[in-house]
Amino acid sequence: MTDRFVLTRRQLLKTSAAGAAIGAATSILPFSAARAASATVGFIYVGPKDDYGYNQAHAEGAAVLKAMDGITVVEEENVPETVDVQKTMESMINLDGASLVFPTSFGYFDPHMLAMAAKFPDVQFRHCGGMWTEGKHPMNTGSYFGYIGQGQYLNGIAAGHATKTKKIGFVAAKPIPQVLININSFLLGARSVDPTITCQVIFTGEWSLAVKEAEATNALVDQSVDVITCHVDSPKVVVETAAGRGAFVCGYHANQSPLAPEKYLTGAEWNWANVYKMYVDKLVAGEPLPNFTRGGLADGFVKMSPFGPGMSEAARTQFDATLAEIMKGGFSVFKGPLKNNKGDVVAADGQAFPETAVELESMDYLVEGVVGSTS
Amino acid sequence: MTDIAATPSALSPKLSPALEWVARRAEGFVIPVAAIIVGMAIFSVFVALLGKSPAQLFDLMWRGGFGSWFSIQNTLSRAAPLLLAALCVALPARLGLVVIGGEGAIVLGGVAAAAIGVWLDGAPSFLVILLMGAGGMVAGGIWIGAVGALRHYRAVNETISSLLMAYIAIALMNQLVEGPLRDPASLNKPSTHPLAEAYRIGSIPGMDVHWGLVVGIVACIVSWILIEKTRWGFAARIAGGNVRAAQVQGLAVGPLIVGFCALAGAFAGLAGMIEVAAVQGNANGSLVAGYGYAGILVAFLARQNPLAIIPVAVLLGGIDASGGLIQRRMDMPDATVLVLQGVLFIVILFSETFYGRFRIFNPDLWKRG
Repeated sequence: MTDRFVLTRRQLLKTSAAGAAIGAATSILPFSAARAASATVGFIYVGPKDDYGYNQAHAEGAAVLKAMDGITVVEEENVPETVDVQKTMESMINLDGASLVFPTSFGYFDPHMLAMAAKFPDVQFRHCGGMWTEGKHPMNTGSYFGYIGQGQYLNGIAAGHATKTKKIGFVAAKPIPQVLININSFLLGARSVDPTITCQVIFTGEWSLAVKEAEATNALVDQSVDVITCHVDSPKVVVETAAGRGAFVCGYHANQSPLAPEKYLTGAEWNWANVYKMYVDKLVAGEPLPNFTRGGLADGFVKMSPFGPGMSEAARTQFDATLAEIMKGGFSVFKGPLKNNKGDVVAADGQAFPETAVELESMDYLVEGVVGSTS
Repeated sequence: MTDIAATPSALSPKLSPALEWVARRAEGFVIPVAAIIVGMAIFSVFVALLGKSPAQLFDLMWRGGFGSWFSIQNTLSRAAPLLLAALCVALPARLGLVVIGGEGAIVLGGVAAAAIGVWLDGAPSFLVILLMGAGGMVAGGIWIGAVGALRHYRAVNETISSLLMAYIAIALMNQLVEGPLRDPASLNKPSTHPLAEAYRIGSIPGMDVHWGLVVGIVACIVSWILIEKTRWGFAARIAGGNVRAAQVQGLAVGPLIVGFCALAGAFAGLAGMIEVAAVQGNANGSLVAGYGYAGILVAFLARQNPLAIIPVAVLLGGIDASGGLIQRRMDMPDATVLVLQGVLFIVILFSETFYGRFRIFNPDLWKRG
């Protein structure tokens, strides 16, 4: 009798260690293989790239580039807006040979990306956030950004049909223009379904603060809010908490339907793959990269999540009709007569602000029907 | 038993004073280094279990952290803020206090410095930078000094109060930056007005590392002298060992605690000022970068010794600097580096139990045979 075929624990460990070693050895290979006509593109994220939110939206765009021939993508996550991000950019340029860098967090622009752009004039930098100004900032830098407010307007239509209590809710990070546009658009979308709907907003004060996001969501549900959306870096906590309490949710930044398949109505998502592919195509073709690009749903910068089971027939019909209207271009969510929630007129009768209107860039009010305060 | 003891005593009496001197000091060096090696070994197993090569990982850590002039500058840039942040933990620790809220003092120091820099716009740059530093130190000093005062006069646990006060500090910073100190042009990222170029702190000549590194090293050396070579430091160490004994000896324990905490906070506040003047150019939410918490790790790894903070901060700066390269080349998550830091932290804390246990480090035991 022999025990040759009995796998002992020691043998198992040996085999798996050998397997691990081989796996590791093969994983080194691609980096030593030379690439012809290649370009290296660097992506830097302020949070984890699987956050179901802001950073994941960018990482999904980067993932599309990885499949392109001759393109190497290098990524770094959880990089704070300090000297760390400057050194990360420098490291990508010096050690990886990156010729195009996308620092994706708003706070990376000034002073960090500008410092690196001055230091490496031959490297291209494109920043997410729309801060680049001609004449003020160097030509090897630039901005890209999307108008996502109309996505929140469509979310609002979905919410307006789903709500029974006529109270919808918004968990927001900070009372800054980009967030206020989203809150107001969400309420206006819902009011296009039923003008008696109100939207309760709670500001958490931080872009990523899971505990307060959960508290805010619970507080909204306690006030009989039954559809919730948000504008924080990672909507994961809001979506899971709201769905756990039985409320419907509308997504933001990325597709969160896997987190709440039954309660997810739809969501406003970034479509960065389109934008990144445009840049890299131009880079490979040797064309100059645009310094400033911006677009919304109609331009393919923003997309909507597929409908969840909570979307009624009426909701789908109005949603699709409005989306078709938006896709024609020139659609205005903000049009008069419109008052803020303190009673002041913010848009006179006949006045309309399409998403590209500069007036919206400095929005400092909540529209009538939003319950909450910016300060 | 007798064999082990016989070896040292067999040495010639002339050699033994030198040997004793080395042996007494070797313990504080050999044990942490051994702990780091053990920690790295444990981490290697973790990496291998993930199916990645530990050898490649350590190679990348070397190249990313120390292997080239660029890597060294990268490491030193990241180490700079950790020096002052770690002092905010190490100084109170010598009095037996565990202060973990240095983050709050850093943030407030940064806001105070930015406010002063904007308020005095137009004044001579030397004066303004000096006052910004002083302002940052006062803000941080008051914040952590208050933690010490609460501890001594109201018996409030300093660990909890410093942590909670860090949250209050961040809220206060947000309030100021979004309210009275806000630059109206900072629409989507509320910030103070940008500092004039003249009030910015530049780089050390010949290096791409800002002056904060030098300030941090000087602060560590000064703190070491304070603790080891002055009567205040002596008194603090006695109070840290046994408060009652210190009080019986007539030491003013209250002022000692408040003073050391205030100094610790002042160093953290200075770190905030440097962050504003050398890196950010204004004060905003980016000041909440976690340096205060990273400083806890550095101080504990350095066993609360201000001189040891310098190499430990460089080591952690190097691990941090190479973290990016590990993410990019090995496709491992950012958490990999956190796991390494966590393993090192636990192994080094555990290694504390080995002090005084090895006869070889204790010449007094050699003679007893």
